[in-house]
Amino acid sequence: MKRYIRHAAAFCALLLIALLVNATRVQVFQADSLDADEANRRNAIVRFEQPRGDILVDGRPVTGSRDTGEQLRYERTYRNGPLYAPVTGFASQVYGTTLLENAEDDILSGTDPMLAPLPLWNDITRAQNPGGRVETTIRAAVQQAAYAGLGGKRGAVAALEPSTGKILALVSTPSYDPERLSGTDRAVADTWAELNGSATKPMLNRAIRQTYPPGSTFKVVTAAAALDSGEVTDPDAPTKSPSPYTLPGTSTQLTNEVDGCTNASLRYAFRWSCNTVFAKLGVDTGLAPMVGTARDFGFNDGGLEIPSSVAASNFDTSMDRAQLGLSAIGQYDTRATPLQMAMVSAAVANGGSVKAPHLVDRTTTEDGDVVDATGTKSLRQAMNPGTAAQLREMMTQVVDEGTGTNAAIPGVTVGGKTGTAQHGIDNSGTPYAWFISWAQADDDPEPSVAVAVVVEDAAADRGDISGGGSAAPIAKAVMEAAIGAH
Amino acid sequence: MAGTSAGAAPPAVPAARVPRRRGTELTLLVVAVLLSVYGYCAVGLAKNGTVPPGAAGYGAGLGVLALVAHLAVRLRAPYADPLLLPIAVLLNGLGLVLIYRLDLETPHDEAAPAQLIWSTVGVGLFIAAVLFLRDHRVLQRYAYLSVVTALVLMIVPIFFPAVNGARIWIRIGGFSIQPGEFAKILLAVFFASYLAANRNALAYTGRTLWRFKRLQLPTGRVLGPIVAIWLLSVGVLVLERDLGTSLLFFGLFVILLYVATGRIGWIAVGLLLAALGAFAVGSLEPHVHSRVEDWLHPFASIDAGRGPNQLAQSLFAFAAGGMLGTGLGAGHSILIGFAAKSDFILATAGEELGLSGLCAIFLLYALLVERGFRAGLALRDAFGRLLAIGLASILALQVFVIAGGVMGLIPLTGMAMPFLAQGGSSVVTNWIIVALLIRVSDSARGQPVPAEAA
Repeated sequence: MKRYIRHAAAFCALLLIALLVNATRVQVFQADSLDADEANRRNAIVRFEQPRGDILVDGRPVTGSRDTGEQLRYERTYRNGPLYAPVTGFASQVYGTTLLENAEDDILSGTDPMLAPLPLWNDITRAQNPGGRVETTIRAAVQQAAYAGLGGKRGAVAALEPSTGKILALVSTPSYDPERLSGTDRAVADTWAELNGSATKPMLNRAIRQTYPPGSTFKVVTAAAALDSGEVTDPDAPTKSPSPYTLPGTSTQLTNEVDGCTNASLRYAFRWSCNTVFAKLGVDTGLAPMVGTARDFGFNDGGLEIPSSVAASNFDTSMDRAQLGLSAIGQYDTRATPLQMAMVSAAVANGGSVKAPHLVDRTTTEDGDVVDATGTKSLRQAMNPGTAAQLREMMTQVVDEGTGTNAAIPGVTVGGKTGTAQHGIDNSGTPYAWFISWAQADDDPEPSVAVAVVVEDAAADRGDISGGGSAAPIAKAVMEAAIGAH
Repeated sequence: MAGTSAGAAPPAVPAARVPRRRGTELTLLVVAVLLSVYGYCAVGLAKNGTVPPGAAGYGAGLGVLALVAHLAVRLRAPYADPLLLPIAVLLNGLGLVLIYRLDLETPHDEAAPAQLIWSTVGVGLFIAAVLFLRDHRVLQRYAYLSVVTALVLMIVPIFFPAVNGARIWIRIGGFSIQPGEFAKILLAVFFASYLAANRNALAYTGRTLWRFKRLQLPTGRVLGPIVAIWLLSVGVLVLERDLGTSLLFFGLFVILLYVATGRIGWIAVGLLLAALGAFAVGSLEPHVHSRVEDWLHPFASIDAGRGPNQLAQSLFAFAAGGMLGTGLGAGHSILIGFAAKSDFILATAGEELGLSGLCAIFLLYALLVERGFRAGLALRDAFGRLLAIGLASILALQVFVIAGGVMGLIPLTGMAMPFLAQGGSSVVTNWIIVALLIRVSDSARGQPVPAEAA
């Protein structure tokens, strides 16, 4: 009988060994995939178990946290939610995160290993770091001025510091309050449905995620290409351009909103925004130089992150001459985000050098120890410094005595360019009003701000006056705020 | 304080060479109680940042229970295996910690106080059994009373409403008990007694079934009662839809039959019957069928958009524990839902203590089982041997069936993790099992002279 008892004991041992092997299988080999399963609530619970770190504007938090005591415990709150929504995005229990809340999620939620006091510290202690802080480059006064300037209109503003690439304002209207998406209750789902169903797309960040035909503001790029390529050597020399101008290979005639464009000089054409001159200039400069310059300004770059990803602005790389002519005045397939056009303006203001635009100045731990700081980084040289100087002068003249006089600020050097972009089938839509500009206070060594404004529903007559009428005053308010806050 | 006997050794025993090791037992008991109190404090610290107010009371209560049980063993079973009681106390204490820990997540449904009362009842019965059952062979006389009582206990719940698909509960007033739990011991007593009496007939007589005498079928007179009782018990269990207990009884029956007769053919027949039965019930009975489906496809409900089912939640919990666990009180196994404190208690252990803690728990069970088998080996009487092996096997099979179920190794069947899980009937039953093991191990280690079977 003893033998059989030993057999039975061996059988029982086998059962326990099977359990141990199976425990190892589940807890070691399958653990990663089980942990990562989307139906596993643990990730969400851990995520909302502690207050999320704050996003700061001018050193003051624009976010907060509310302890609900529920399973997904801490809900995000926002101060001035609609104002900063295009910067912060939302952090929702149900719908995830967007924009900075998304791009800096590791810091804000405390999972970034850099927040730990020592390497591997958290792996050993299993402690969770308190959420870190994200200090933005946004200036509250500039943001406020842009938001107030757009008022109830649909549109966007991007403002940059040309020498560093710091984003001083990023506004998109109409906006929404991201706090309404915090939490798990019924109202959150209703808000989500309402925001997504709205025709005005309040959750769309028009400043970085929407591209518009840039219209005449693109003439800055065309002028830079023409000057850099040597197509134009003297801005004051008359160009051999007819008005109206027949696009090459077609019977389509391009006209102007203003007089005096026939054989006008580059300077005159820039100041009064002659379509005929710039279309011909684009065609004469040629596709390759035009594409090259556009790319150097940042067009056709789908990888730009501020750290939220920015929609690629487009300048076609293969076109016939007629299409190139239209593209040279910011029509045809040419499309740009407001941020991209602010970069164009900033490049002119900054001697041709394009600095990487960025929204985060630095990230810190809860206690203020710096985790990471964003330095100034040059993206590309968009044009020669000499060309930039010439364009600065021309942009200044637009504001002094051209289409952009609405942006003039006493005691401040302001350069600008208006634009009106036609769109829709047969250009039937209300044109988008554009204004891009930069400003330099007289006692400043260099321009302190570059701005791009686009207003979608500009209720104004067609023509470049629209950009000067609807968008320029907003840009002016933004530049004043930036110089005041500088 | 080790060694000195209170003069309670039976006078029939000559000066034994076997060390009694009661001091070892006491030391281990202190360790077991301290570990439990430590766990209790760790939960409070993790959840609220303070030592829970009940820690002193909990420690004192558990300590007193352990001490009284130890004194009873010292008095009446001085040669008993010194590991059995400390392991039972540690597992019971750890179970209370885990249940208390889960109670913190469900403030309106506290289970730990009731579990503490049931544990006290269990220890009380343990003490009574150790004090008053002087010789395990007495039980042999009550074999048929045992089996009748077992059958009555198993049949009674049929007349009560089903709970979560199984008719295994009796609810009287605020209490609910699971009579099938007690039936385990009674059936083990009956099987041990019957097989001890008839093992020769089962092993060596009867007609040859196969030509080369591999399997002989005993005569109907010998086999009849045992098959009848087995069929009856299994039939009742199918009616009650309690597949786990059914599996347990079947495994117990086959193991004891094999140990008693040494015929490998019994194992073959047993496995064949088990496979056929499992297949038939698995495909025909909807409640069991869904369990099998869940086992094969634990994440099907997620894919179907209904969210994770209990088994998937349990697997998530084990995975979250990983190697070292999240720490007591720091896991989220409450997500498992209503059975988190009972059937799925092991998932909390797996999440918060990790694979390392789980290994420790499995080894504790393994030690308990091994000590049972060791007592069985050392005993001279066939009944005692079979009883010890039966009781140890009950523990091993229970652990395998429920742990394998909640970890996706085998289909899930409702069963309680011995000592750990919430459940009064279960904790009381397991304390009685340990009491009987103490009794047989005392006989095995304290009686060097061969004793005649009664």
